[in-house]
Amino acid sequence: MGTILNVENINVYYGAIHAIRDVSFQVNEGEIVTLIGANGAGKSTTLQTVSGILHSKTGSVEFCGENIAKVPAHKIVEKGLAHVPEGRRIFQQMSVRENLEMGAFTADASTIPSNLEMVFHQFPRLKEREKQVAGTLSGGEQQMLAMGRALMSNPKLLMLDEPSMGLAPILVEQIFDIIKSLNEAGTTILLVEQNAQMALSVAHHAYVLETGRVTLSGTGDELAASEQVKKAYLGS
Amino acid sequence: MTALTYLTGGLSLGSVYAIIALGYTMVYGIAKMLNFAHGDVIMIGGYVVFCTFTYMNIPVWAGLLLGMVVCTALGMLIEKLAYKPLRGTTSLAVLITAIGVSYFLQNAALLIFGSAPKVFTSMFASVPNLELAGGRLILAPETIFTILICILIMVGLQIFTTKTKMGKSMRAVAEDNDAARLMGINVDHTISMTFAIGSALAAVAGVLLCSSYPTLMPTTGSMPGIKAFTAAVFGGIGSIPGAMVGGLLLGIIEILARAYISTELSDAIVFGVLIVVLLVKPTGLLGRKVMEKV
Repeated sequence: MGTILNVENINVYYGAIHAIRDVSFQVNEGEIVTLIGANGAGKSTTLQTVSGILHSKTGSVEFCGENIAKVPAHKIVEKGLAHVPEGRRIFQQMSVRENLEMGAFTADASTIPSNLEMVFHQFPRLKEREKQVAGTLSGGEQQMLAMGRALMSNPKLLMLDEPSMGLAPILVEQIFDIIKSLNEAGTTILLVEQNAQMALSVAHHAYVLETGRVTLSGTGDELAASEQVKKAYLGS
Repeated sequence: MTALTYLTGGLSLGSVYAIIALGYTMVYGIAKMLNFAHGDVIMIGGYVVFCTFTYMNIPVWAGLLLGMVVCTALGMLIEKLAYKPLRGTTSLAVLITAIGVSYFLQNAALLIFGSAPKVFTSMFASVPNLELAGGRLILAPETIFTILICILIMVGLQIFTTKTKMGKSMRAVAEDNDAARLMGINVDHTISMTFAIGSALAAVAGVLLCSSYPTLMPTTGSMPGIKAFTAAVFGGIGSIPGAMVGGLLLGIIEILARAYISTELSDAIVFGVLIVVLLVKPTGLLGRKVMEKV
């Protein structure tokens, strides 16, 4: 199992604000890796830097052996890196089907039918609502659509930003089951979560981000057992 | 019968406004900016076609096509040189630049063609009037063709935005720029294409406008440009069907106001209606605010 994503010493600024400080982490092929941390710790900023929406002043972002730190966002998707952004950001005025087609924007048109079938198999609710306008879906369905849309590009690495945000506990369970099954089917996953308990229960590796720095890392079980993490993020 | 004549006249003028308003609304929807030079692209289109009619011995349709090509190139060039470098800055900077481009185009036309109005030969000069109801309703070919072309553009754009990959990606960019980038859509390219389409439509609008109102001068595009912008806001800026509805209604209101109330007051009435609509429904007739669901 090789390293699929290697982020080294990135520093990201919003104007004068130094949001990410010397962050480094790795994601190995086939793993679920999670970044946990409080609100404002820099988790989303880190993902946005990997997907090219933001750019780091220093360091490198190596994806499949290629430095993509300076590559614009729209060219990163076709390399096999899909990003489900925070708040889902589905196209509300477009139909479910059209949203999925947009996910396949860079993919070869011949892959669309089989990928659609795969997504509908994974998320049967989307099949039922194929022609419906996406803005009318429930929060859980919108999250499924956002994930399905990202899967349409055949990603090697799927980045999920707060997939459980705003969802009822039963739906959170369901989303995490889907994350596990996607991973078992061979997709590498980089997961950002505030729900540390759920995230650590599925993760192979985990990193704790605090005010823009990585302060702790280890396997999911190690961090779940760590006193420091328990106190700060698991509420016990 | 006169009422019907006014109504078709209003529909025809409204069709021109609708076609121009499409350019405003599409650019606003996708680049989130008001391209106040759009009206002047219409004027440039008018001059290009005027030149082909006057100096070149080519068929009318070829002249129109050449006008569209020139305007498309001009629109893309304006976007690249004037607006693209300002992306990410304040909207005020872009707005002022757009006004600057507008003056630049007007003065360039003044320099090249002079201030004396040119008499534009109608594209449909060889087509006879259509007489209906035993000669009581006479429709000029300009009226009929303007309405027909507008319908054709509406249908074409509808198909383009709902059936083609390029059209769908435009809707995606209009809705959420960053999410579209995460899909792999090149936003810069999409914005450039939007300017291209809007400007090609501006050339068509210019020729239709000058065919019905045959005086062509460097300021020809200003007033219709402002009216069409009003139409776009009226219908809900950013909405393509809104631009069409807004344009048609504005044309009809203007002609009816001119016929039944007062020629001098017609513009005031048009803008008065806009104010009332915006007071009642600030997003315009078909504009909508999407609520975020959590």
